[in-house]
Amino acid sequence: MKLQTKLAGLGALSASLFASMPVWAQEATAEATEVVADAAAEVVPVMDKGDVSWMMISSVLVLFMTVPGLALFYGGLVRSKNMLSILMQTTVIACVMMIVWVVYGYSFSFGGSTSPWWGGTAKLFLSGVTVDSMSATFSAGYVIPEYLFIVFQMTFAAITPALIIGAFAERVKFKAVLAFSVLWGTFSYFPIAHMVWDANGYLFMAGAIDFAGGTVVHINAGIAALVGCLVIGKRVGFGKDNMAPHSMVMTMIGASMLWVGWFGFNVGSNLEANGGATLAMINTFIATAAATLTWCAIEGLARGKASMLGAASGMVAGLVAVTPACGTIGPMGAILLGVIVSVVCYFFVTSVKHKMGYDDSLDVFGIHGIGGIIGAVLTGVFSAAAFGGVKGDDYAMMSQLWVQIEGVVITIVWSGVVSYIAYKLVDMTIGLRVDSDTERQGLDLTSHGEQAYHS
Amino acid sequence: MTSEGSVLGMPEKEGKHVKLIIAAIKPFKLEEVREALTAIGVRGMMVTEIKGFGSQSGHTEIYRGAEYAVNFVPKVRLEIVVADALSDQVVKTIRDTAKTDKIGDGKIFVLDVEHAVRVRTGETDDDAL
Repeated sequence: MKLQTKLAGLGALSASLFASMPVWAQEATAEATEVVADAAAEVVPVMDKGDVSWMMISSVLVLFMTVPGLALFYGGLVRSKNMLSILMQTTVIACVMMIVWVVYGYSFSFGGSTSPWWGGTAKLFLSGVTVDSMSATFSAGYVIPEYLFIVFQMTFAAITPALIIGAFAERVKFKAVLAFSVLWGTFSYFPIAHMVWDANGYLFMAGAIDFAGGTVVHINAGIAALVGCLVIGKRVGFGKDNMAPHSMVMTMIGASMLWVGWFGFNVGSNLEANGGATLAMINTFIATAAATLTWCAIEGLARGKASMLGAASGMVAGLVAVTPACGTIGPMGAILLGVIVSVVCYFFVTSVKHKMGYDDSLDVFGIHGIGGIIGAVLTGVFSAAAFGGVKGDDYAMMSQLWVQIEGVVITIVWSGVVSYIAYKLVDMTIGLRVDSDTERQGLDLTSHGEQAYHS
Repeated sequence: MTSEGSVLGMPEKEGKHVKLIIAAIKPFKLEEVREALTAIGVRGMMVTEIKGFGSQSGHTEIYRGAEYAVNFVPKVRLEIVVADALSDQVVKTIRDTAKTDKIGDGKIFVLDVEHAVRVRTGETDDDAL
């Protein structure tokens, strides 16, 4: 702290020295004064090394969410005979999406087209991007290198299709999962990322608040997951066999890595290391803590024991809900958001899902879909100053709420339609599902020729 | 050291009979039972981790509302071979130590053993124990 104060003092001193220089110049010659005045009027975009460092770390943190975070979180939840299939699907989807992203995904999302629906083809193969290309941040006059923006957004495109696989875990063909990811990424993820985050995007212009991707990532993936488990069907032996998670230890490790990595996801979405970033950071802590506690409390009251899976589920539900909200709500709003999302998601995955009878194996829709919807809608509410949010007196909560709901509905319909068509296409060509003997034997041996554990 | 001939002949020798006691008990009682048996002079036992069901017939685990019946409950199986004279005392000791008065405490079976041999020396029956 002392060191920082000293540095700040030095900065102020040097600033005042520079400020006094034009005065000497003025005394020297009139010409020199003109030159200095011109330079001052021209706004030179600033690339701050602090911002660049933070965004590089953020990008790596989002990768850490995917491998090994999400892979272990999901892996622990399946039976031991399918552990490797989950690790492989997560890893390979992420790699495929990284290649797709630089080839055409970035262009389709942020290619600079003025269309509200997609980014166009101007930046296919990252054409025109150099080390000197810069991307805007949220502060006028501050930029970050475009390569960095591409990489940061790439990690989002890599994790989102990997989220979906939990819904149809333990029964799909490896090739089919990869083909679906590419189709879905192309026709659902890239357009929705453009709509929400590009300055020309339909929802961006409508004023929808989605700070770090509640609609783009979580609702989008949650809907694709629901459609997936409906199209693919239940696992063999669903409702009869014991399908209990094989390692709550792995699940806890994975969930914790998700929480850590989520600081890259949420705080990095600020694109700069400043006060706004720290608001996203505190909210990502607080909403998650509140959601975890709430899930444990409900379990404690409902069945007398708080479970590890419950705590991990609450953790992820809280992270999902705070994703769209973290840049505009306050810490007290984050507590309320965490409590509400756990109550709704708990009720959904323990009652509604079982009544409806579909097999969303790892509750991707129940936690990412439902949690994402809760987060997106409540962002409209908790961003208001009355709930401790950053929006001031001119904030029209009801009209914002309507825009939030519009964003949710568009994402649900878009992702729902694209997902259904993509699943059907893959089913007609590759086939989505393995045969039932293969499924009984487990995907590790049959798809990958390996076993996770040797006794 | 008994002669090789008696191995095949199985002569009835007074005081040489041995019994096999098989007990399935709750896993967390194993250490207590081992201590108690050692204290009464049991010099060896075989221990296996097993699963099974008796009148306890499993329990239920709940994962995000999905209930799974776990039909086979983990138990520990003890196999103890002792001289006839010690057999009743071993059974009583296991019963006293492994008992929790709750369902699922386990079972004890006592069987006659035809013959026992110590691998290193070739000693037989209760000399082999």
